[in-house]
Amino acid sequence: MREVTVRDALREALREEMQRDENVFLLGEDIGRYWGGAFGVTKGLAEEFGDDRVRDTPISESAIIGVGVGAAITGMRPAAEIMFGDLSALAMDQICNQAAKIRYMFGGQASVPLVIRTPFGAGVNIASHHSQSLEAWFMHTPGLYVAVPSTPYDAKGLLKTAIRGSNPVLFVEHKLLYPVKGMIPEDDFSVPFGLADIKREGSDVSIVATLNMVHKALAAAEQLSKEGISAEVIDPRTLTPFDKQTIVKSVKKTSRLVVVSEDCKAGGVSAEIAAVVAEEALDYLDAPVKRVAEPDTPIPFSPTLEKFVIPDEKSIVKAVKEIVSKN
Amino acid sequence: MIENLKLIEMYRQMLTIRFFEEKVFELYGQNLVPGTIHLYAGEEAVAVGVCANLRKDDYITSTHRGHGHCIAKGARLDKTMAEILGRKTGYCKGKGGSMHIADFSIGMLGATAVVGAGIPIATGAGLSIKLRGTDHVVACFFGEGASNQGTFHEGINLAAVWGLPVVFVCENNLYAMGTRQSRVMLIQNIADRAVAYGIPGVVVDGNDVLTVYEAAHVAVERARRGEGPTLIECKTYRQKGHSRFDPAAYRVKEEVETWLKKDPITLFQKKLFEMGVLTETEAQEMVQEVKKDVDGATKFALESPFPEPEDALEDVYASKEGTATK
Repeated sequence: MREVTVRDALREALREEMQRDENVFLLGEDIGRYWGGAFGVTKGLAEEFGDDRVRDTPISESAIIGVGVGAAITGMRPAAEIMFGDLSALAMDQICNQAAKIRYMFGGQASVPLVIRTPFGAGVNIASHHSQSLEAWFMHTPGLYVAVPSTPYDAKGLLKTAIRGSNPVLFVEHKLLYPVKGMIPEDDFSVPFGLADIKREGSDVSIVATLNMVHKALAAAEQLSKEGISAEVIDPRTLTPFDKQTIVKSVKKTSRLVVVSEDCKAGGVSAEIAAVVAEEALDYLDAPVKRVAEPDTPIPFSPTLEKFVIPDEKSIVKAVKEIVSKN
Repeated sequence: MIENLKLIEMYRQMLTIRFFEEKVFELYGQNLVPGTIHLYAGEEAVAVGVCANLRKDDYITSTHRGHGHCIAKGARLDKTMAEILGRKTGYCKGKGGSMHIADFSIGMLGATAVVGAGIPIATGAGLSIKLRGTDHVVACFFGEGASNQGTFHEGINLAAVWGLPVVFVCENNLYAMGTRQSRVMLIQNIADRAVAYGIPGVVVDGNDVLTVYEAAHVAVERARRGEGPTLIECKTYRQKGHSRFDPAAYRVKEEVETWLKKDPITLFQKKLFEMGVLTETEAQEMVQEVKKDVDGATKFALESPFPEPEDALEDVYASKEGTATK
């Protein structure tokens, strides 16, 4: 095992898959030799694999994804980068109407092995057009997979699965997680889709969290343990496919559920997870499900405003205490 | 010079498209076609003139008005008709319908019902060809209405700057649904927009199949040589309304009559007679053969079962590979 950042883990996955399969190529805005991507994930790859396989594009999000679709259905394995997740809105037709539906509407004739990497998340004061968490849009689109890694291990392993698979994947990277470090194995490995990971075991409450919220939830669990509350922290790792079993099993054990998600509450990730538990394990719950999510506002700019809307350790601790009473 | 056999085959394809579309229209009137239809009648010279330059393993992308593209690229009539009728034996097992027919085995990469969405996808297929180092070509069909979409700009610009083997074929039938071109564009020729991307733009009479063929020939060969894309604008006219029973009241009678006089099949037939490639008797025989083919396809489709309701749950994902089994 060795320690790497999420950024390095992602780059390793891309590099190793490009070495393994010559049909894998990258395209996106400023991902090539001058920038290596706005967050530096693809740094060095153009030098190693050439400009043909690490293609800088014009600022044309719709064409980036459309080109990825066209290449994917004709034998290639493109991994496209959308510089900020918010800009996926510009490519929404190609992602949701084309990539996600081509296999289905053509009766299974085609596969669309297209990975769309994009950073979501707030916390660096870049306001409403560069900070959103839009996972729910893509969870609501059958035909797409949605990966949401929180650690270097999951980032590398899930990205490998995404590139090797035969389906379009919206691969979410949280921009605050790029420098976060963690251990990964020396040897080749991958992480399957649809398998949640219990990041911390506990018995009093289940906290389901994704992306950067996993780290906030772990910090909250640590705080709660000092107060005698044992929290289990579960990271679904992919929202589609979604591992209901692990979460339902945990809820059956703890009888309490807090769902933490950085997206806004209405129609959000937390709503879907709460609904799944309501359908499948309501009888096991001893308290109402608590959701910790962003309020239904755009992401504001000023640090005081932005900090207010992002769920934090304190808000998670508070939510847990509202449904867990320990003396 | 095109060989006589090829000319006759092109004529047969145009006839096939026409009679196929007339049959679809007839079946629609009998409530046998679910949903809607967008007929290609009147535009046959475009699909046939372009596809006559393509190999079986070349690619095309198509539109909501796509039956003609399918037939010209070599799709089977029976599976096409079955798909339009929503049957299990259709190309897409009844999941796509008239607006989403695809046959990947002949490089027909599918019809999209989002206007203009096929343009960047065609560019992507072109990039795939370039990266894999083959000499295939993509023909991308779309209407003049699609040229006002952002995807037209983004997709053609990228194909141009990367020198991709794509032939962009604009079927200018003058109307985007009911909106006449002059109401939404100050230019007369969509091909003028090619200048903005630094690629050749050509305007041709889209009802003259030989003119379309010649323009497409130059563009396809150029693409095959790796010299990049071309934008071909084919001036044509849809003889029916936009969809279903659209009476097309937005078109004046004189305009319709003028275009009906320029019917692409009548024009081509006349030329073939003049050239001595086809006789009247042969033409009449061919009509009977083509009608028989269309009737056979229709019989196949009508006798085919509808999909099982639960089939709706299949084909969402390619496989469960890489996913934890639950």
